Amino acid sequence: MNSLKRYLGLVWMALAALAGWYLLISQALPKFSSPLPEDRIPALIYAFILTPLIVGGLGLFGWYAWKREYDTE
Amino acid sequence: MIPTPATQSAAPAPASRGKLAGIIAASSVGTLIEWYDFYIFGSLAQVISTKFFPSGNATVALLSTLATFAAGFVVRPFGALVFGRLGDMVGRKHTFLLTLVLMGLSTFLIGCVPGYETIGVAAPILVLVLRLLQGLALGGEYGGAATYVAEHAPAHRRGFWTSWIQTTATAGLFVSLGVIVTVKSLLDADAFNEWGWRIPFWISILMVALSIVIRMRMHESPLFAKAKAEGKVSVNPLKESFGNRYNFKFVLLALFGATMGQGVVWYTGQFYALSFIQTTLSIEVGQASRLIMWALVFATPFFVFFGWLSDRIGRKWIMLAGMGLAVLCYRPIYSAMYSAGSLDGRVQVDYPGAAAPGVLPAAVMEADRSSPGDSLRTVRFTRRYVDGTQAAITTVYALRNGQQKELHATKAVILDEGSFWKLVGLVFLQVLFVTMVYGPIAAFLVELFPTRIRYTSMSLPYHIGNGIFGGLMPTVALFLSTKAVAANEAAQKAGTALPYEQPYLEGLWYPILLAAVSFVVGALYLSGKDRRVDD
Repeated sequence: MNSLKRYLGLVWMALAALAGWYLLISQALPKFSSPLPEDRIPALIYAFILTPLIVGGLGLFGWYAWKREYDTE
Repeated sequence: MIPTPATQSAAPAPASRGKLAGIIAASSVGTLIEWYDFYIFGSLAQVISTKFFPSGNATVALLSTLATFAAGFVVRPFGALVFGRLGDMVGRKHTFLLTLVLMGLSTFLIGCVPGYETIGVAAPILVLVLRLLQGLALGGEYGGAATYVAEHAPAHRRGFWTSWIQTTATAGLFVSLGVIVTVKSLLDADAFNEWGWRIPFWISILMVALSIVIRMRMHESPLFAKAKAEGKVSVNPLKESFGNRYNFKFVLLALFGATMGQGVVWYTGQFYALSFIQTTLSIEVGQASRLIMWALVFATPFFVFFGWLSDRIGRKWIMLAGMGLAVLCYRPIYSAMYSAGSLDGRVQVDYPGAAAPGVLPAAVMEADRSSPGDSLRTVRFTRRYVDGTQAAITTVYALRNGQQKELHATKAVILDEGSFWKLVGLVFLQVLFVTMVYGPIAAFLVELFPTRIRYTSMSLPYHIGNGIFGGLMPTVALFLSTKAVAANEAAQKAGTALPYEQPYLEGLWYPILLAAVSFVVGALYLSGKDRRVDD
C-alpha cells in the first residue's frame, strides 16, 4: 500500500501540471482578450484561483506522497 | 500561567447530556444565523443586481457578477486564517462571538445601502465590501462552532453531536428561502422589488442579537481552557499549522482527500440543483424554492443519522461513499431532472381559435402591454398542457418604423404535481449524498488536528474545499454548460453534427472530476482511525 501511495504521488503531480495547462493555457489565456464579462470572469477564476490551488496544492501533495510522507507504519 | 494540579490531569470529563444539548443549541443557533445571512444574499441576488448593479456599465456589471457569485466565497479561507488564529490564541468562545457580530452587522447594513440611482458607483462598492466581510465572518464561524462542540462531546458520540452543527448550513438555506417566500407573500410584487427585499436583511439583526445573548452565557471549551491553563496555547498558530511540514501535509490531505470532494458535492446538491431548475428548466421562482425546501426537509435528518453512524462504523467510508455515489449518479440524476422538468413531449391543451396548440387565443391572452408611441412592446401569454403544467412566456419586442424585433423572451414554468414531486425526489437524492459527506466531516476534521492549532488548521481546508472548490461550482458549471449549448447552436447553424448530446449536463464534469480525485485520495491516504481530540 505504501508503494502504491508513493507512486500515485507522481500521478498527482502530473495531474496538477495537466490541470495547470488546461486551466491556464487552454481556458484562461484565450478568454482574457474577450470583451465579454461572461468570458473574462471564468478566465479570472481559472487563472487566479483554481490554477494556483490545484497546481500548488495538488502538486505539493503529490510531492509529499512521493517523499513517503503519507506512509503508514 | 502556572499549571495547577487539576489542569495537569488527563482530559476534562465530557459535558453531561443535558449540558451538551444546551451547548449544541447555543452553537447551532449562531451558526444557522450566519448561514442564513450568507445565503440571503444569494437568494436575493437577482433583485440585488437590479438595485446596485445596473446594466449598461461594463465595469459595474463585472463588479456585480464578482460580488454576487464569487467574492463572498473566495474570501472565506482568509476568514479562516484570521479568526482561526484568534480562536487558537484567545479562545473559541470569544472568537465566534466576534464573527457573529461581524456577520450580523454586515448583513443588516447590506439592507440599508442606498441603490445605484441614489449614490451611484458607491452602492456596488459598499455592497461588495459588506459581502467580503460576510465571507470573512463565515470563514471564522464554522471552525469555531465545530471545534467548540467537538471539544465538549464524548469521544464515542462526537460524530452525532457535531452533526447538529452540520444541519445548520442546510437549515440556514431553508430559513432564508422561507423568509423570502413569507415576505413575498405579504407584499405585492412591486413593493417587494422596491423595498421589501431589504426586510430579510434587517431581520438578521434581531436574530443575531438573540444569538449573542445566548452565546454570552456559554463557557470556554474545556480542552482549550485546559491548554491555556497549562500554557500550551500556540503563540503562532499560522506558522505551526502551515509552516510545520508535519502538520501541513495533513492540511493538504484534509483538503484533497475530504473537503474538496465534500464541497463540490454539497454545492451541487443544494445550489447547482436550484440553479439548474431555475435557469435550464425555467421553473418559476416560487415553485423552485418550494421544491428545494421539500427536498431539504426530507433530507436534513440524515445529517444527524450519518453523524451517528460515523461513531459506529467510522467516518471515512461514509464520506467517501457519498462522494462515490455522487460521481456515479450525477449525470443520470440530472438527465432525469431534465426529463421531468422539460416541456418536451408534453401535450398542449388545444383551444378553439388558437394560433397554435396550447396557445390561448388573442382575446384571452394575459396582456399585450404596449400603447401607441411606445418603443418597446411586451407580450405575455400562457401555454397550458394537458397534465396541468403551465408556461408563462413574456416576449419583449423593440418597435421601430412600424417593425418589431424580438429583444428577449423569458419563460416561467409551473409544473404539474407529478413532475414536481419527481424533481423533489431527485433533489432529495442529491442532498442525501450531501448528508453523507457533510454529516461526519466536522468530527473528522477536529480529530485530524491537535487542540493548540485545531481552529486554524481545520478551518483553512474546510473553507478552501467549500468556499472555493464548492462555492465556485455553480459559476464554473454554468459556464461549461453555456459553452456547450453555444457550441451546439453554432454547429446547428453550420449544419454540422452537434458536438454535445446533452449540453446541459456538461457543467457536471467539474464536480464529478473533483469528487473522483477526492475519493481516490481519501480512500488511499486517509486512515480514519484517529478519534482523539485531547492531543
